[in-house]
Amino acid sequence: MSGAADREAVFPTRQSLGLMKAKLKGAETGHSLLKRKSEALTKRFREITRRIDEAKRKMGRVMQIASLSLAEVTYAVGGNIGFQIQESARSARFRLRTKQENVSGVLLPAFESYLTEGNNDFAMTGLGKGGQQVQRCRETYARAVEALVELASLQTAFVILDEVIKVVNRRVNAIEHVIIPRTENTIKYINSELDELDREEFYRLKKVSVYPWKLRHAAHTAQVANKKQRDNAAMDAEMKAKREAKAALELENGAPEEVADATAGPTDLLAAEEDEDVIF
Amino acid sequence: MTSQADYKDRQFLAVIGDEDSVTGLLLAGIGHVTAPPDSQKNFLVVDGKTDTATIEEAFERFTTERKDIGIVLINQHIADRIRHRVDTYTAAFPAVLEIPSKDHPYDPEKDSVLRRVRRLFGE
Repeated sequence: MSGAADREAVFPTRQSLGLMKAKLKGAETGHSLLKRKSEALTKRFREITRRIDEAKRKMGRVMQIASLSLAEVTYAVGGNIGFQIQESARSARFRLRTKQENVSGVLLPAFESYLTEGNNDFAMTGLGKGGQQVQRCRETYARAVEALVELASLQTAFVILDEVIKVVNRRVNAIEHVIIPRTENTIKYINSELDELDREEFYRLKKVSVYPWKLRHAAHTAQVANKKQRDNAAMDAEMKAKREAKAALELENGAPEEVADATAGPTDLLAAEEDEDVIF
Repeated sequence: MTSQADYKDRQFLAVIGDEDSVTGLLLAGIGHVTAPPDSQKNFLVVDGKTDTATIEEAFERFTTERKDIGIVLINQHIADRIRHRVDTYTAAFPAVLEIPSKDHPYDPEKDSVLRRVRRLFGE
């Protein structure tokens, strides 16, 4: 389980990024809820274990008293009544009822004892002698059994809670140490992949926009160069023509001086200007 | 998870114990014998002559076979004889409760549930 490899098999798309983010959020909510549940159950669990400890001690005392009262009966009746009682047991007078208690979603059963009316298996017990002791003994044992029933409820709750707490803690740990890191890894992976794609896309776009610019740039420079060349050529030709014309005029030295002057004047001016320009 | 149906009709207690304990608990009125064809008692008297197989069989019957028993009471010195069975029994229903007997004082160190409590709290 290396950090980078431990992620879910998803395609790095924006949709799965959204899904993963929702999943992470859900996992975090579930984690906090389960954690709270586990804490509530543990609190209850500790309370129950404390009460079990107390109840066990109490049971020891109660059973001792009950045994003593049974010894009294044996003494009073003057013989062992065990066999007689075992044989006459028919229908339970002392019965259980279960009710439930809800502790953060866990149903904890609790036993409740009740006495049925009308059936008494031991009506004849102790009829001869020791009836009073038998009666007292029955009461003592009834109290003892009530204590035992209470203890049994606690114990059942203990067993169930123990199991439930284990399951809940396992879930909490699974979410905390497996699901959340894996989802985070997946999100990281998707993000890095998306970033990579973005960079690629940006680079591609740059390439695309650079290409026509280059073309245009090249064309422009060529155009500018051409124009200059043309201008220079034109100027040269003009100057050449003017010079020739001047030479011709000087050679002729002839009649239409004014006309030549008139034409030469502006031409000269223009030529001078042009010359200046070129020199510049 | 234990369902409602699993324990709603568990209304009896069962006892595996020495004669005095059983007598006393029967006096309290927990004794029950089912209808005649296969009349089953919900108690077993164990003395020095009872062999371990009988106890195991009774324990098995009370905990797994019968569905009407909510609590099984067993004397601690008898539980010691089938200790492996009692310790491996982890179901919630019926609850198995170790009780002290007249001749054998209660020792919390041996109790399967109390030992679990201690283990859980790292003592």
